[in-house]
Amino acid sequence: MKPFNSWMIGNGNQESLAGRHRKGKAWRNLFVSSLVIGVLSLVVLLFSIVDQTMGWIVVEYKNQPSELSLQPLEALNQDELVGILQDNVTARRFKALNQAIPFTDRSTEDILDLITEEVLQPSVVMSYRLSMGIFNREEMLADAAERYPDAELKFHLWIKPEFLNRPMSSNPLFAGIRPALLGSLFLILITIGFAFPIGIGAAIYLEEYADQRVWFNRVIQANIENLAGVPSIVYGILGLAIFVRALGGITSGSFVGIEGGNGRTILSAGLTMGLLVLPVMIVNAREAIRAVPQSLRLASYGLGATRWQTIWHHVLPSAISGILTGTILTISRAIGETAPLIVVGAATYLTSDPTGPFSKFTALPILIYNWTTRPQEAFRNIAATAILVLLIVLLTLNAAAILLRNRLQNRI
Amino acid sequence: MAEYATTSQIGSKDQLEPNIRQQLTRKKRPGEMMIQVFLLLAGAVSILTTVGIVFELGKESLLFFQTPEVRLWDFLTGTRWSPTIGSFGVLPLVNATLMTTIFAMVVAIPLGLASAIYLSEYASIRVRKILKPLLEILAGIPTVVYGYFALTFVTPILRSILGSDTVQIYNTLSAGLVMGIMILPLISSMSEDALSAVPRSLREAAYGLGATRLETSIKVVLPAALSGIIAAVLLGISRAIGETMIVAIAAGSGPAFTFNPLKSAETMTGYIARISGGDLSYDSADYNSIFAIGLLLFVITLGLNFLSRKLVVRFREVYE
Repeated sequence: MKPFNSWMIGNGNQESLAGRHRKGKAWRNLFVSSLVIGVLSLVVLLFSIVDQTMGWIVVEYKNQPSELSLQPLEALNQDELVGILQDNVTARRFKALNQAIPFTDRSTEDILDLITEEVLQPSVVMSYRLSMGIFNREEMLADAAERYPDAELKFHLWIKPEFLNRPMSSNPLFAGIRPALLGSLFLILITIGFAFPIGIGAAIYLEEYADQRVWFNRVIQANIENLAGVPSIVYGILGLAIFVRALGGITSGSFVGIEGGNGRTILSAGLTMGLLVLPVMIVNAREAIRAVPQSLRLASYGLGATRWQTIWHHVLPSAISGILTGTILTISRAIGETAPLIVVGAATYLTSDPTGPFSKFTALPILIYNWTTRPQEAFRNIAATAILVLLIVLLTLNAAAILLRNRLQNRI
Repeated sequence: MAEYATTSQIGSKDQLEPNIRQQLTRKKRPGEMMIQVFLLLAGAVSILTTVGIVFELGKESLLFFQTPEVRLWDFLTGTRWSPTIGSFGVLPLVNATLMTTIFAMVVAIPLGLASAIYLSEYASIRVRKILKPLLEILAGIPTVVYGYFALTFVTPILRSILGSDTVQIYNTLSAGLVMGIMILPLISSMSEDALSAVPRSLREAAYGLGATRLETSIKVVLPAALSGIIAAVLLGISRAIGETMIVAIAAGSGPAFTFNPLKSAETMTGYIARISGGDLSYDSADYNSIFAIGLLLFVITLGLNFLSRKLVVRFREVYE
């Protein structure tokens, strides 16, 4: 009887041995190249992102620097710079800036930055990616000279420390990700605060208490497996219906006296995300608990400990590294999750930082989504930069998980 | 140990002295009971989630189908989706979802399966130790990043090859191809598990009969692991259907009933993301429609996952 898939490599009987080996080699190369394609696409993906985090930009100013002073701005002293600022912004704006941080307390660089932002108002009209500037330099220079003869072409590093600390802005040159970073952080705290105790509780119940012969326990188990496969956007819809709408009185914070809000808050999003990661959390925790040797439990029972004493004093301490590793991996999955946040109602533009569980929010992946879908090139650059930040955070988390796992393996 | 009665002294249960009987019944521990109840409730949260999903999706979908403009038959067979003029045919959205899913599987099945065969049947332990984690990194990258990659890298390449007149900025082909890369590690790692679980004796028997390594892998190991591989493919399809961010970014916004992969078309998930991302007023047709489409999505993916799990279980029964 021939196997069903013999068509794939033909029937070997009629071929010479050398022919069969040749065929084997050819297919082997095919298998290797598939794997190489997979790994290569990872490399290309990372390259295409890093490529956008720096490059050449064409900048146009609303007010030319030469109109402000005869000397270059960098050569002026602090008082002259403050003078320029005073002459070129409205009195009200000047006062507001002075109130935020008094000019006497600011550094010269800081005031220079202020002049750039408030007076010069540069805008990026064209952006060339790093690889283009290096490998197709002539083409880039010709293109820039033809389309923007008066404007300045200069190298710009999109990824820089200020990017992390600036608020959002409609000008890519001054945009930062601070509200989104804080939003993601708050979100993860709520997600884990919800999913960690419940996930571990469920895992303990299923591993230590549940009798698999009881139908109810089998239903719980099958149900968790099913939930793990539900698309994340469906959780978003659930969160919209339950947390945002039905429980809007609680999630908007009106019960603690916060008025005028709606349910589209960090709390709603965090709880939605908590439900989303719960199945993964339970599966990971169960594996960690299952790995604790049975002899430990029996020894504890033998000494007269109750079931909970055994779990609390012996099972959980031995399983904790495994549980934490699983938790870190769960967090790294939740950080990149975007779709449910869109449905629950993440704000697309937010200048203020989130202040608590009842504030409106945005998150890093939401920001990436928004910037990616803008048509201007420069937004692609800051989207790539935000992606790089996100990937670095994920890499750090995963490295931490691996370190933790290794420590665990060394101990046993 | 004098105060405890031995078995020989007890005889039958009815003859026990009252104080001994008390010693032998389990002590009531209210604290332990409360903990157990809490743990049970924690386990029940997952059931509540499912009930919540089914109830909410069902309730709002019912409302959706009760609106006078919407009829179930037109919903399932209509080829035009434009809520503003009251036509609710879901086929354009389903069609776009199917197209992106097919492109994704065209990329992910052959590449994933070939990688799995290489890792399980050919690679040395050292090579596997290096390559496998690299593939798994692909699985850990957030989908919004893949969306970015599709829109800013793959689409421009497609446009420069096929001409920017024929390829629209948003198109289902680019989204589907990148989705294939995203699903590749899922299919390869699940298939590799299935292949590795095939007993060694089968391979050795094949070698003993003079089969080459390729013939062994393709004609003996692959058929033996088939149910596990099909399970992986089904799970991959379910993942592709439910995937949102790649299609929301790269496949286009605006439902279109087209079979041209170079044109933009909105998928089911893309539609949900776009509608709910805007200002959405409760109980409008738009609001209810995302629940109806969500229900469709839920039913399809649940069916696929269920089938996939059944296959994995069957395949485990054979060899473990």
